[in-house]
Amino acid sequence: MTRVAGGAYEATIVEQVFRDVYGQAVATLIRLFGDIALAEDAVQEAFVVASARWRTVGIPPNPAGWIVTTARNRAIDDLRRSARGREVYRQLAAVASPSPDPGDDWEEDGPVSDDQLRLIFTCCHPALRSEHQVALTLRLLGGLSVDEVARSFLVNEPAMVKRLVRAKYKIKAAKIPYRVPADADLPERLRSVLSVLYLIYNTGLDGPERTSLRSDAIRLARALVGLMPDEPEAAGLLALMLLSESRVPARIADGALVLLRDQDRTKWDRTMIDEGHAIVRACVRGNQPGPFQLQAAIQAVHCAATSFDATDWPQIVTLYDHLLSLMPTPVVALNRAIAMGETEGPGTLLAALDAIAPDLDNYHLMHAARGSALRRLGRREAAMAAYIRAADLAATETDRRFLAQQIEELSEDGALTDTGRAD
Amino acid sequence: MSQYLLSTYTVEGEVPGAPASPEEMQAFMEQVMALEAEMDASGTFVFGGALHGPDAATVVRRSDDELVMTDGPFAESKEHIGGFYIINAGDLDEALAWARKAVDATNHPIEVRPFRATGRLKA
Repeated sequence: MTRVAGGAYEATIVEQVFRDVYGQAVATLIRLFGDIALAEDAVQEAFVVASARWRTVGIPPNPAGWIVTTARNRAIDDLRRSARGREVYRQLAAVASPSPDPGDDWEEDGPVSDDQLRLIFTCCHPALRSEHQVALTLRLLGGLSVDEVARSFLVNEPAMVKRLVRAKYKIKAAKIPYRVPADADLPERLRSVLSVLYLIYNTGLDGPERTSLRSDAIRLARALVGLMPDEPEAAGLLALMLLSESRVPARIADGALVLLRDQDRTKWDRTMIDEGHAIVRACVRGNQPGPFQLQAAIQAVHCAATSFDATDWPQIVTLYDHLLSLMPTPVVALNRAIAMGETEGPGTLLAALDAIAPDLDNYHLMHAARGSALRRLGRREAAMAAYIRAADLAATETDRRFLAQQIEELSEDGALTDTGRAD
Repeated sequence: MSQYLLSTYTVEGEVPGAPASPEEMQAFMEQVMALEAEMDASGTFVFGGALHGPDAATVVRRSDDELVMTDGPFAESKEHIGGFYIINAGDLDEALAWARKAVDATNHPIEVRPFRATGRLKA
């Protein structure tokens, strides 16, 4: 039994432990009882018991196991109290035999990590709409409170409660399975899981009230890599997130986005870059490339450059070519065009952008890239129009501020010369 | 002998004619069980069921070269099929007679649709 001194400190540690073990405990309870709502209630009750107990006697050596055993016993008690519950309980008797409440010197193997893997595939099942996948993943696996999930997605708590109820109704009514998919389905289903985690991460870049989503996404991706160590795309996603996260300290100045070329690279987080680079190297050795690994490799090249001018653009273009062959989307084509523009100049960039513009007319970054190319070509009026269009489409405050800066600079340039800057 | 689909629709957010008390529920169950017993006795009943709501539906369709899934019902509509019977009936009049009984028993509107073909497709 580890006794950590200090009441407030202890309370924070207990909160932290709750968040860390919530997903594991709920996942195991769902396996035992086959019901998400019952599992959530039981784990919640176990936390209440733990909260009182741990603050006085300290956190047990295996908190997840302690929570699981306590929650299981609570769930069995609850089931015995209702007629419907007694029926369920009879069916479950074989798997859910009660064990004594865990004492101070109690030991058990605790939750099974496969349970979490099963649960993540349930939460990210493609028969659930994206916003339901995300909400379920954060609530059930991430251990966020309903209110925290609601705030992250800018909806009120009752709306998020409703969303979660609907998602859980669908799982139960349609019998979305609670298992790791068969090999034949695994690639598609894993893609769905990875997309959900990446969406959570990217949502975390959207505003200051959402920053914790990034650490939640990284925590979940790390857990997934632990559960599926042989899946290179899971590792690729983790590396992609780490390398992107490493640059966050340099990404915003005065509330506005700072372009890669202007970032203070000494602010980048070297520990995350080192970890990201190590994962990318292992992926390269594994030689089973996929979209997340390639995106991570591109970020790895950026992070390896000591300055913007030292960036290995040909290498980045080669990686984008490979990515485009696996993921032929207009956004990948846009990013490839931008990388190409760094070596071949704004004329080539503009021609490439014009080719993909019809597909991306509602995407602010396409117009921002056009603005930049036009500005470098000295076409001030057209650049201004492109930046204004980008600002109209931009969804976040940091993007809008950045674009407003460009428009302002162009207006100032216009007063002096119309020949464009050599940036 | 032909087969007919007798289906009932539920309107989102509305439960017209739904039993409101335990007594009404009891009466409703008895009427439906009596109807089904009558269908059984006359060799009319083929299959029947009550469906979960549209929130439990998933649509699978082809999009470009991929099969994609979407959460939710096929049609964005307020009315969704709630349950159905498949019955044997000699002709439409016979099917309509069963539909009347079903309306009486369930207090729900019933749509009657003839099958164009039943069973397995034959080469």
